[in-house]
Amino acid sequence: MAVSETRHGKLRTWLDQRIGLADLEKLARKKQVPVHRHGLWYYFGGMTLFLFVVQVATGILLLLYYRPSAEEAYESIQFLMAEVEFGWLIRSIHAWSANLMILALFVHLFSVLLLKAYRPPREVTWLSGMALLGVALAFEFTGYLLPWNELAYFATKVSTETTGAIPLVGRFLLRLLRGGDEVTGATLTRFYGIHVAVLPALVTLALGLHLYLVHKHGMSVPPGVEREDAPRFMPFVPNFLLRDVVGWLSAVAILAALAAFLPAELGKKADPFAPAPVGIKPEWYFVFMFQTLKYLPGHILGIEGEIVGVVGFGLGGVLLLLTPFLDRRAVRGEPSPLFTLIGIALIVYVLALTYLGYTASPTK
Amino acid sequence: MDQTLEGLTTRRGFVNWLLGTSAGAFLLSVLYPVGRYLVPPKVGESTAAAVTLAIKPDDVRPNTGLVFKFGSRPAILVRSPTGELRAFSAVCTHLNCTVQYRPDLSHIWCACHNGHFDLNGQNIAGPPPRPLDGFVVNTRGNQIVVSKSA
Repeated sequence: MAVSETRHGKLRTWLDQRIGLADLEKLARKKQVPVHRHGLWYYFGGMTLFLFVVQVATGILLLLYYRPSAEEAYESIQFLMAEVEFGWLIRSIHAWSANLMILALFVHLFSVLLLKAYRPPREVTWLSGMALLGVALAFEFTGYLLPWNELAYFATKVSTETTGAIPLVGRFLLRLLRGGDEVTGATLTRFYGIHVAVLPALVTLALGLHLYLVHKHGMSVPPGVEREDAPRFMPFVPNFLLRDVVGWLSAVAILAALAAFLPAELGKKADPFAPAPVGIKPEWYFVFMFQTLKYLPGHILGIEGEIVGVVGFGLGGVLLLLTPFLDRRAVRGEPSPLFTLIGIALIVYVLALTYLGYTASPTK
Repeated sequence: MDQTLEGLTTRRGFVNWLLGTSAGAFLLSVLYPVGRYLVPPKVGESTAAAVTLAIKPDDVRPNTGLVFKFGSRPAILVRSPTGELRAFSAVCTHLNCTVQYRPDLSHIWCACHNGHFDLNGQNIAGPPPRPLDGFVVNTRGNQIVVSKSA
């Protein structure tokens, strides 16, 4: 006792007796990260988390000026961008960090998919990760409407309308989502509530579970590496954490540069009685779905094309969600080239359709 | 001994059943109103059967179109290259975007997913599955009146 007091000081001892600092320290010291040639991919989960923290911080700041109504939303952001000191910076970082977060999340998702990190006992980790993907996309989707500008208005109109294409419950879900039959101020307040209250609550639950499981099972070693020989390890604190910090600081630098050189735009205020603007596009991570919908004909085998598209994407999502239970070979620890191939095909499809979405002429 | 145990189990079972149903009923009494609360109330469909536009017939040049408000939804008025006035619902039958008139193509076009409609409202290219709803256009003196077809 006396030794520890002289070593750590009185405050530390006082805290340790009350909240168990030594236990936490032991926990942190115990955590090890495998070192091997695919180690780079381990950083993208932490990167996603860091960018999420940036979102929370800048989001809270934006709340202080934002007014969630069809009459005031656009004007309040105009005021924020033009009058409030550094308002442009906070909003631009929020917008850019949202994009980079989704990017980091997708890299994380696909690296986990290709390195088969979903193998037992990490199925629930995968499921909680997929839940976080859903929540993240819901964050982007609801946040996109909040500036109440022309692009956001029509993007929301289209994407909520696709909900209506879901068989049986579509119409009901559509009304529930929009807060009425059309995209109006009621939709805006609804999305605002979901964005700042419902989703943060869901993220807390899913992220808590995800992090707990990552801690419980440790980092997954890819099967290929596992078959060769047992990998070396590095301590999480401080070795891995410091490498994480290097990545996070780089992300801050990139965010600052993007916000300064390409600040978030506001565009024209939404007008429900104006035609959809030429070249309208959703955010880049929805572009592959958007472009697919463009290519589908009006009717496929007697069913409306949009229904085929929406149901198809839904099925794709369910298959991705169930990957840990479908990939039986990986469960047995054998190589499963089919799933690697599907993963790569998925990446190629998303990249190709996204490319077309940006290069194909919007008016042809 | 056995009898006491049995009595206790049934009594315990009864209490558990009571607790279970009460908890269920409580949950239901919370979830039902919340569920109903989340569903937005039905607002009566706009009953507008006709609108008089704020523009004179002569101001709509041939080969142009304009979007106007018909009840609570957008509609489009088109003057064809041959000078005929026509009106349709401006809500694309694909995914609800608002369509516009393309003078370079001389027909109606939706920017969202590249849907094309001819000047009868027929879907002629792209993903739209159905034609646009048509309206009746009447010019009364210096006024344009658009009404729902009977």
